[in-house]
Amino acid sequence: MKRDNSIKIAGISGYLLFLIVSLVFGFNPGKEIGSNFVSFSIDMLKLLPCAFILIGLFEVWVKRETVERHFGEESGIRGYIWALLLGGTTVGGLYVSFPVAYSLYGKGAKLSIILTYIGASGICRLPMAIFETSFMGIKFTIIRLMVSIPLVILTSIALGDYLTKRNYHPVKGKQREGCEE
Amino acid sequence: MYYLYIATGLALLLSFIIDREKTLKAVKIAFKRFVNIFPAFLGMLILVSIVLFLIPDKLFSNYLGKNNIFIGILFASFFGSITLMPGFIAFPLCGILLKKGVLYMVLSAFSTTLMMVGVLTYPIEKEYFGVRLTILRNIMSLFIAFVVAVMTGVFFREIF
Repeated sequence: MKRDNSIKIAGISGYLLFLIVSLVFGFNPGKEIGSNFVSFSIDMLKLLPCAFILIGLFEVWVKRETVERHFGEESGIRGYIWALLLGGTTVGGLYVSFPVAYSLYGKGAKLSIILTYIGASGICRLPMAIFETSFMGIKFTIIRLMVSIPLVILTSIALGDYLTKRNYHPVKGKQREGCEE
Repeated sequence: MYYLYIATGLALLLSFIIDREKTLKAVKIAFKRFVNIFPAFLGMLILVSIVLFLIPDKLFSNYLGKNNIFIGILFASFFGSITLMPGFIAFPLCGILLKKGVLYMVLSAFSTTLMMVGVLTYPIEKEYFGVRLTILRNIMSLFIAFVVAVMTGVFFREIF
């Protein structure tokens, strides 16, 4: 683990050094990579604080039983519908839905429902779908959603059941502590 | 975007009025989680900045348009999997490619993999859900993208 960390630190410092050197000597590819880095960082920093604050509020206010009832083993088909709705209204990309999914999982949501949520937050985010239709036409969007939503649910069930049967525990020790407060 | 700020602000305010201690705890949890996952995010940002540099727009449209359908879909899925771009860039790009004659099915492979398969988000996903789940989920998503592409082709009469 420690060795892993030092490799990471070395990688990050090497990268930063490369950017600084490029900036000083006017090395264009380096400058371009740097500006990509800055613009994407800004994009994410606009979203992430809100996302994490909402996750924090979710952790303190929403009871475990509520999550279990709506997203847990007993939730049945309603759980998947909730997952689709929640996914469809999540802002941002996969990188926002992972921490949200993780919180839900920590409060007792079923793995296949979590996977459905992640899939849905990718393919059927509502604001994005509306935006999509204006460029690609409504037929394209409808076909895409009609085909992918059932597939997302089916593969999520298959994968979730498979991993649950094998006692797969996705959540590793490192962050478990934050989860069960 | 602004709605998110307003919603978060209101939620925080409401929570604060009802229970100060719980709200402080929520903010603490938020901060702690953010700090924990920050290295993974940094890793992703570094990957994104390099990959976007290596794949300029031109290369991109050259590979999708020409050749046969199968290769187009393959390239589209490849590009979609290894890049990460917000919808407000991706769909206008798809619109431009469509006008250039790229098939609907190729674009659906691209947009589906873009949204569901995350090679660059691997550092984050792995941190939350472990290596095995991450790999399996991404393979499944790739499979979904292929099926969606084929079905799009069928409905737009681009194949069969």
